[in-house]
Amino acid sequence: MSWPLYEVFVRGKRGLNHVHVGSLHAADDESALHSARDLYTRRNEGVSIWVVRSAHITASSPDEKDPFFAPSGDKVYRHPTFYSIPDDVPHI
Amino acid sequence: MGPDDDTLAADGHWAFGTGFSDPLSGLPMPPAGADLAALCLALGDDALIMSHRLQEWCTRAPELEDEVALANIALDLLGQARLLLARTGRDEDELAFRRGAGEFRNVRLAEVPNGDFAHLVVRLLVFSTWRLALLTRLRDSDDEALAAIAAKGVKEVAYHRGYAARWTIRLGDGTAHSHERTRQALAAVWPLVDQLFAADGNPRSPDPADLREEFDAVVGHVLAEATLTIPETAAETAAERASRDEHTGALAVLLEEMQSVARALPGATW
Repeated sequence: MSWPLYEVFVRGKRGLNHVHVGSLHAADDESALHSARDLYTRRNEGVSIWVVRSAHITASSPDEKDPFFAPSGDKVYRHPTFYSIPDDVPHI
Repeated sequence: MGPDDDTLAADGHWAFGTGFSDPLSGLPMPPAGADLAALCLALGDDALIMSHRLQEWCTRAPELEDEVALANIALDLLGQARLLLARTGRDEDELAFRRGAGEFRNVRLAEVPNGDFAHLVVRLLVFSTWRLALLTRLRDSDDEALAAIAAKGVKEVAYHRGYAARWTIRLGDGTAHSHERTRQALAAVWPLVDQLFAADGNPRSPDPADLREEFDAVVGHVLAEATLTIPETAAETAAERASRDEHTGALAVLLEEMQSVARALPGATW
């Protein structure tokens, strides 16, 4: 098996954004899109698919976890939690 | 949309599909006359037997991605078979699991044993191109149920045809080895083509000459892209002119497996 790996993103019917659903192997971009349709939208999930070669994704590394993410861990003021919400406002 | 549909739609986790539809919902379903029943039986048997041959590829496909693609196609055809067999007015399970080979009305193209992957691809190209031409015309049937079944099938079979066409081109216009294997597959499948366009005397069947015209144009285009040529076949053999109730020995073997559980455990449910 020498086909390259692709990552698959699907946008659901009510979803606003594409969500990563998994990966697959394919010979080229077009086959990747068709295989993604067959593998990841079998249960009426999607209305739009993106595929991208895994090699083209730049990901954060676990080694950089602390400088990348720890600094936001104590900045509680970045969350809008200091407002009082009236009782008659639903869905918040 | 009934109340149940609303409940289903409210279960909105995106990972599970919602809004499934029933193609026959609300359609009139008068008892099928003899011609309509015969047509639905033939189309249903084609789908059922072809579906079974595709299911036999499970665990045998060259790549996992294609295995799932083939299973999807098999399930689409099984769904068509269920609707069509039910439209005959007889019990779909009785028809699928309680008939002998001589009572099936599928074409030979659907029943011949599987070969290699190239054989599968070429057979699926021929089957889907023919069936898409057929279903496209049956969308205008005056039987609303058959028209709805055909309209649902058109979307499915268009995808099947695309899948088979892409692979035919990839293999035919691939390496010398893949080209040769595909050429052999085409030579094996082609003698089964003429039976698809034999007149059956059913006034509800679309005009075979009209179907053949579309079939030749589409398949010719795909084969040209795939650098393949239509094989020379000997003029009119018995196999080409076989009617839909004359089968090869392969169908009995297929049915023995397909019907084994239903015959061993009559009336079982799960």
